[in-house]
Amino acid sequence: MQYLLILYAEEAGFMKMTPEQQQQGAAAYAAYTAALKEAGAYVGSNRLRPISTATTVRIAGGKTQVLDGPYVDTKEQLGGYFLIDAPDLDSALSWAARCPGAGHGIVEVRPIWAMA
Amino acid sequence: MGHGLNPPAGDSGRIAHAMAEAAARRSYGKLVAYLAARTRDVAAAEDALSEAFAAALAGWPRNGCPANPEAWLLTVARRKIIDVARTQQRREMASDRLEGIADHLSASDEMEIPDQRLALLFACAHPAIDAAVRAPLMLQVVLGLDARQIASAFLVSPAAMGKRLVRAKEKIREAGIPFRVPERAELPARLDAVLDAIYAAFAEGWTDAAGADPERRDLTEEAIFLARVAVELLPEEPEALGLLALMLHAEARRPARRNPAGEYVPLAGQDPAAWNSPLIDEAEALLLHASVMRSIGRFQLEAAIQSAHVARRRTGRANWSELVTLYDALLTLSDSPVVAINRALAVAESQDPAAGLAALAEIASDPRIAGYQPYWAARAELLVRTGAAGEARHAFEIAIGLERDPAVRRFLQQRQAALEQ
Repeated sequence: MQYLLILYAEEAGFMKMTPEQQQQGAAAYAAYTAALKEAGAYVGSNRLRPISTATTVRIAGGKTQVLDGPYVDTKEQLGGYFLIDAPDLDSALSWAARCPGAGHGIVEVRPIWAMA
Repeated sequence: MGHGLNPPAGDSGRIAHAMAEAAARRSYGKLVAYLAARTRDVAAAEDALSEAFAAALAGWPRNGCPANPEAWLLTVARRKIIDVARTQQRREMASDRLEGIADHLSASDEMEIPDQRLALLFACAHPAIDAAVRAPLMLQVVLGLDARQIASAFLVSPAAMGKRLVRAKEKIREAGIPFRVPERAELPARLDAVLDAIYAAFAEGWTDAAGADPERRDLTEEAIFLARVAVELLPEEPEALGLLALMLHAEARRPARRNPAGEYVPLAGQDPAAWNSPLIDEAEALLLHASVMRSIGRFQLEAAIQSAHVARRRTGRANWSELVTLYDALLTLSDSPVVAINRALAVAESQDPAAGLAALAEIASDPRIAGYQPYWAARAELLVRTGAAGEARHAFEIAIGLERDPAVRRFLQQRQAALEQ
């Protein structure tokens, strides 16, 4: 099965870190990605630009409405994801627990809706 | 059992019905576990099994009961699952998955059905399943109780309970919760969740002390059955043994909790002759076996507390000083106000009522206490014994106001009225 690990964290936290700490953080993510690939569990991942760059779009009353900012303003922001392949939820949860994001934020685990 | 089976008329119908009931009781959880283990689709397994039971009721009176009812039910249910899967395949299922199901299910034709109920229990009590629905889920998928029966025990509407159960089964299937017994390292924590859920089912049944509602009374029996399954499959887990011992102790005293007039009888006022001795003996043997493994836990402690209470059976007096020690040990595991209250009562017995009141005063600042009946009832009894009638009257008043069970309310009212004389 495929699972999406959705990473939430306080963006401000990263901005406050020293360049050295930021580098260390990035290295931890690189190592995690390497481990996922080594295990054959890696499908894809991306880091997102801060929510200050977000724009929301919806159609209301037949008109396209474009708004500056993210859909929900939360304490922790959606900052990236890993798409992984795991045999079951336990395995996916175990990968989520090893993700550096679980240490400084929250990782939400969602099964992918497989299309035939 | 809640399979919606109504006995058909006639002797052969009754025999077939009785056989189907017996097979259901014995095999239901085993068949659900086996059918759902690969697909993780509990609802599909349940649907197929209920059709198989219906086919049994229709066919057995005419054709005679099969030599191996369990295998017969499995064969029919398996066919239903494959039929449904074929229909679905046209819509959404990948064909390799269907072949997997067919392989998995047909490989078992001649062999004995492996018992995967433990894996099913662990799936039901998985940390990804809402803790509040774990006990209802086990009662349904392992024992076959229907949502209406479970709802009545847990004091929610059948519709709400049905929704929660459907949602939990969807989560197992869609999120890929595995049917497996956890590895040694994670077993203790995961087993706690299974045992907690079994105990929750028991506690819900236990609330109906009078057994006025037959379905709620049944639930304690069902919970004991689940604990027996856990002990049978994990015979060397001391906490599983402790849980079964605890429940058997409580069950043993059920008949003594009401007098013939239906009045509430507190533990101290119960006649040990009214207790069920064989159940107590079985509980004591389980607890002894658990203690050999030298790994103490909450359920063993609670069972040991029951054991010290029923020591009165032989010695005429509960072992109060041992009880204080056991409650102290239990308090280090959880800061439950229930435990602290019971400890205070044990202190009152082993020392004097004033010492018990002092122990109660230590927890009076806990915000949970104000609306907690056992605290006020315990305080009232201890105040009576120290001669503080005015304060006792007030404490009884609050306890009466907080009580749900009419028999206990009447008992407290009688105790309060006795103060006036």
